[in-house]
Amino acid sequence: MLKKFVCIECPRGCLLEAEIENGRMVKVNGNKCPRGEDYARGEIENPARVLTSTIPAEGLRLKMVPVRTNRTIAKSRMLEAAAEIRKLKTDKPVRAGEVIAENFLGLGADLVATRDVPRDTP
Amino acid sequence: MSERELVIVGGGPAGMAAALSAYEHGVRDILLLERDQYLGGILNQCIHTGFGLNYFKESLTGPEYALRFARRITDIKGIDVSLKSFAVRLTPDKTLTYLKPGRVERVKAKALIMATGCREKTREMVHIAGTRPAGIFSAGLAQKLINIEGLLPGKEAVILGSGDIGLIMARRFILEGARVKGVVEIREQSRGLTRNVVQCLEDFDIPLYLRHKISRVRGRDRVEAVDVARVDDRMEEVPGSEFTLECDTLLVSVGLIPENELIEMAGVPLDKKTNSPLYEGLNQTPIPGLFVCGNAFKVYDLADSVSMDSLEAGRMAAEYLLKPQKSPA
Repeated sequence: MLKKFVCIECPRGCLLEAEIENGRMVKVNGNKCPRGEDYARGEIENPARVLTSTIPAEGLRLKMVPVRTNRTIAKSRMLEAAAEIRKLKTDKPVRAGEVIAENFLGLGADLVATRDVPRDTP
Repeated sequence: MSERELVIVGGGPAGMAAALSAYEHGVRDILLLERDQYLGGILNQCIHTGFGLNYFKESLTGPEYALRFARRITDIKGIDVSLKSFAVRLTPDKTLTYLKPGRVERVKAKALIMATGCREKTREMVHIAGTRPAGIFSAGLAQKLINIEGLLPGKEAVILGSGDIGLIMARRFILEGARVKGVVEIREQSRGLTRNVVQCLEDFDIPLYLRHKISRVRGRDRVEAVDVARVDDRMEEVPGSEFTLECDTLLVSVGLIPENELIEMAGVPLDKKTNSPLYEGLNQTPIPGLFVCGNAFKVYDLADSVSMDSLEAGRMAAEYLLKPQKSPA
């Protein structure tokens, strides 16, 4: 089976043409760099995304702490993970990169803050 | 009134890159004005990834990208950052008036870089018929409400225009548990980056109606629905193609326009259509020592490109200050 899709690793957006056999990628054409091949394989065999969202903060300088998964998670579990993030709150001051939840939902990625959010000092 | 070698208006990606670059090229007296309480500008509400792929060779969120620059700036003594500082007036001799809480300041700059960014086009600029109920937001405003204020503007959204902010907000609404009925784009192709069409729409099965327009907004107090129609080659509605999407929110993402009222006040002519300064050469204006960079100069697709071209503005300002005889007269 042949599948055509656009690489989204960078803004160039190469048109990839991947040959698929039994759910596995056997060949790809159209990529202008090696990242395209990795992307095509991932997209076919195990599509994954970085999830970003926000968590309400209490007693901190900002109302919302922006967060991300520090690596990609399975695309099929994005909505479930987003729903879980909506239940979270935090009152802990954080620095960008600091872990908010380790191995979030067992997805193999930590949920980390993406901005410095200190305590709210009057 | 105080005097400064270099004043930069705007602490977003453009202003921060310009400040760092001017410093690296030898300018030691820099005042960086930012109207918000933090450096970073619009990057702080862009919590999604995809920033920095060109500049840092990795995929950062907006706040992370901003922080890379902000931390360097705060470490440099020669760059004075003035937050909550809102520029209101500029004269041709590069005297700038700005407001700080409780007072008015004036500063005369030997060189001045305007890094004031851009603003969103509004519903009024694209002429949508129908009522004027609550529930119509520009996509960037909705982004600020959700990501900075923690307020979800609605439960069922339709998005007009497939600009990147609109696409990003389609996904953001879904991740916040709201529904997105579709994205309506009058052109044949999405205006946004392919990666956003894939990751924000296709991933969540959100319909993209290309060659369609919103023919009417319905609802008295709050948006209740929008009518959508297909358009032909002359952008006219195709009779009988109309259908209705029920929604409580309409997000408008129909493009950005450079924010250049201050340089216009100082006498720089602007292109009536694009609002960019009318002059030859990157970041230049007809006023010697007055530069414009980033999205104020022209609207870029990527923050990375804003940073790159703004580094150039910082270098140009340094050259003007250090070798004034070579400046454009």
